[in-house]
Amino acid sequence: MGSVAPGAMAVSAGTGARTRGDTASGARRPRRFGPSSWAALGFLAPLLAYLLVLYVYPLVVNVSMSLHRFTRATFVTGDAPFVGFDIYREVFAMPQFWPTVRQTAVFVVVSLVFQYGIGLALAVFFRRNFPLSGVLRGLFLVPWLLPIIVSATTWQWMMDPDSGILNRFLGLFGVDPVWWLNAHNSLMSVTIANIWLGIPFNLVILYSGLQNIPTDLYEAASIDGAGPWRLFRSITMPLLRPVSAITLLLGFVYTLKVVDIIWIMTMGTGSSQTLATWAYSMAFGKGASAVIRYSEASVVGTILLVIALVMGFVYIAVQRRQER
Amino acid sequence: MRPTSSAPRRAWWKTAIGLLLTALMLFPVYWMVNVSLTPRAAIRDGGLVPRNPTLDHYAVVLQHQLPYLGTSVIIGLGTVLLTLAIAAPSGYALSRLVVPGRRVLSFALIVAQMVPAIVMSLGFYQIYSRLDILDTVPGLILADSTIAVPFAVMLFTAFMAGIPNELLQAAQIDGASRWRTFRSIVMPMSRNSAVTVGLFAFLWAWSDFLFASTLNRGGGRWRPITMGIYDYIGSQNQEWGPMMATAVLASVPTAILLVVAQRYIAAGVTAGAVKD
Repeated sequence: MGSVAPGAMAVSAGTGARTRGDTASGARRPRRFGPSSWAALGFLAPLLAYLLVLYVYPLVVNVSMSLHRFTRATFVTGDAPFVGFDIYREVFAMPQFWPTVRQTAVFVVVSLVFQYGIGLALAVFFRRNFPLSGVLRGLFLVPWLLPIIVSATTWQWMMDPDSGILNRFLGLFGVDPVWWLNAHNSLMSVTIANIWLGIPFNLVILYSGLQNIPTDLYEAASIDGAGPWRLFRSITMPLLRPVSAITLLLGFVYTLKVVDIIWIMTMGTGSSQTLATWAYSMAFGKGASAVIRYSEASVVGTILLVIALVMGFVYIAVQRRQER
Repeated sequence: MRPTSSAPRRAWWKTAIGLLLTALMLFPVYWMVNVSLTPRAAIRDGGLVPRNPTLDHYAVVLQHQLPYLGTSVIIGLGTVLLTLAIAAPSGYALSRLVVPGRRVLSFALIVAQMVPAIVMSLGFYQIYSRLDILDTVPGLILADSTIAVPFAVMLFTAFMAGIPNELLQAAQIDGASRWRTFRSIVMPMSRNSAVTVGLFAFLWAWSDFLFASTLNRGGGRWRPITMGIYDYIGSQNQEWGPMMATAVLASVPTAILLVVAQRYIAAGVTAGAVKD
């Protein structure tokens, strides 16, 4: 799988660059600020400026908005009063807060369990090549590469209570029509669509993880009389643990920040409101929040940001441990 | 590796199951195409194949959505150029030169990809309204590029670290400056990663909904195709035929990517451990 290799390297590029950098010209010298560093700064200047203007600055603005009371009026004039953590306390006290946290947890956990489980089963299925396996694996990427507005709209139509194909199919077995997108069921429905979206990602990462497990291990164990289930439990699972950890960690971060699939299907109404869609609706006065609440939205956004930061540290820590 | 000829029956049996699973997975895609070809009156019957296939919906869509498609192409290309311009030189520096604070920067790039887009768009919204660049194409290109730049830097860094040292040293001995080395040796050798980066930057910009729906709501026809489709949903007219036809057209870049560039995608998706 030569074609997969460059990507597999990029997975660990964050810390891997450190080790590879040792072979780079000049890196073996003790670290000091020499001509190479000036050149490096020159090449990096656009990126540094870019990160400052387009990442750091918006994030600072976001955090600052969560500490100032912004309303529609003060948003325009720009002189919102500083109120410290008042808005945080208010958001925590809002009646939607804890239900939204719970729904977010359900959305993330259920999505991850199924995406990972199905992705792993498929990766094992595709582990050995068979006729057409390459083409089929390629086709499995389609949900991941489609614009989300396309898949979300299609799911919305498939879940139409009267004419949707899902209810027609269930009707064959005598199941009554399900109101997929109503307030009660919407969390389940967006989770189903999100699982479908996430399977390709899990499949690809786990598949490339499986390719790195030496085949002779399986052969040796088979000769010793181990069956397929035993092989899976005693070889596949333990050796796949590092890759699984990274997959689940990244899956967690990506699922937590999902807005579009939910928003397009239900506008975050009913039980499908998560922290991310809640922030979106408050920031732009759509869906569940008819009023624009910049500061409250920034509070929720900042919470998500902090979780992302923590996960970034965990990610580095996991990678460091695996490199040893 | 066991030769397939020793177990041909088992292999074909796997192919059959594989086909079935793929069909199941791709059913929503099939359904989208199916509805887009079904005459208006028959859509609610939910036939499994379009009995009297029609291109009427596409005709309607091409009338209304062409400007949005054009805008999306411009935004996509702009994002590709910006991403390459920022990421390629940084990849060279990070992989080949002594960078003070490399670890901090690597960490920043990883975290940058974890930042929820909603947080970014909140910040952008305030900055853009102050600078008065809401509802503009360049504003959206800037925002869309943030989806791709960290990924692109990491991909270039990983790839350029693999370029043989001798080549670069030879160039230096010949008196080439670092800029010259980068331009005449590193970049041509990194063509494949540049293609991968370009493809993904285009696809992500093309697919972006969140930035478009927050930073470019009032841009009229200078809005991307994702907003064109969203208008259909918003208008509540339940015109599923044209809606699905638009969805099919919006999927064209995905299809091209799959057909033309599958090996690049394989590389990118695995690197996609950094992207959802």
